Amino acid sequence: MGSFWIAIIIGSIAVYSWKILGFALPKRFAEKEEVVTFAGKLTVALLAALTAVQTFAVGQSLVLDSRLPALTVAALLYWRKAPFIVAVAAAALVAALLRNVLGWA
Amino acid sequence: MSKQPGRSSVISMSVGVGLATGLYGISFGALATAAGLTVWQTQVLSLLMFSGGSQFAVIGVLAASGPIGVVPAIISAWLLGIRNGFYALRLNSVLHLTGLIKLLAAQLTIDESNAVSASQDSPKNSKLGFWLTGASVFVFWNAFTLVGALLGSAMSDPSVWGLDAAAAAAFLGLVWPRLKHLQANLTALIAIALTLMLVPILPSGIPVIVGAPIAVVLIYVLKRTAIGKHLQGDQHG
Repeated sequence: MGSFWIAIIIGSIAVYSWKILGFALPKRFAEKEEVVTFAGKLTVALLAALTAVQTFAVGQSLVLDSRLPALTVAALLYWRKAPFIVAVAAAALVAALLRNVLGWA
Repeated sequence: MSKQPGRSSVISMSVGVGLATGLYGISFGALATAAGLTVWQTQVLSLLMFSGGSQFAVIGVLAASGPIGVVPAIISAWLLGIRNGFYALRLNSVLHLTGLIKLLAAQLTIDESNAVSASQDSPKNSKLGFWLTGASVFVFWNAFTLVGALLGSAMSDPSVWGLDAAAAAAFLGLVWPRLKHLQANLTALIAIALTLMLVPILPSGIPVIVGAPIAVVLIYVLKRTAIGKHLQGDQHG
């Protein structure tokens, strides 16, 4: 439990450091196009990687289980412009049904 | 330029965005307690970190790795927070703040407050949009985090409720609006492939913080090759 507090406090300071850095730097940095595109790419890469790990990984193994059909349903909903919270709830529902009714992993 | 500055439309947009974004707080709160955080820890994370993507990263890594995931959790959150630094750069030249008020503005610098501010056509509305959106997202996000945390802590086994799948859907929902260009899609695909290849090799939590930056480097390398021609005019990936 104590180690989670470390992640919360240090992580929050780490995230805040970018924000305060932006306000501290001279204004001319705001016009640099390359800097903005780099941040955009890194964000896409990290979120995509997190989606993949959260869908396929169990510890250090890759598995196919109820999370994949659940994510597919969420993707269809996002594609149909459903709100975030609806897609997230639908994914939970699909995985819960597959596990509890069909006995999937 | 219209004669009316559209002040009331800025107000309704800001509060609307705040409420809609704040609602995600329910899923964050529920997933955080499912990941093993206490209600207090969940609430402090929303108050102090206050950046959705980074917060989901922290709980995702901690849920998968437990206490050994602390360092990768911090690094994932930090790397995801980088874009806030660029919003802050932009806002700094719009808000013209001095002194301690910058510390508060920095805390409220997130995707939504920057986006609403950037979509206004006058400097005055741009400032109003930033402060009002930042403040309303902060209030709603934290209130709904508490609701979600209380709901989540009432559930015993997160996987029975499909909360692990919900976390995957949450990350997908955060990246979805950014997948508008070929270059962004390619970045995402390479990041996914690399990260999944690294999963069996590296300790849990590390594949994401190694795979994603390498994917970005590869995209820059690809742009310098022949394929780069097809990716031109696609700057905002």
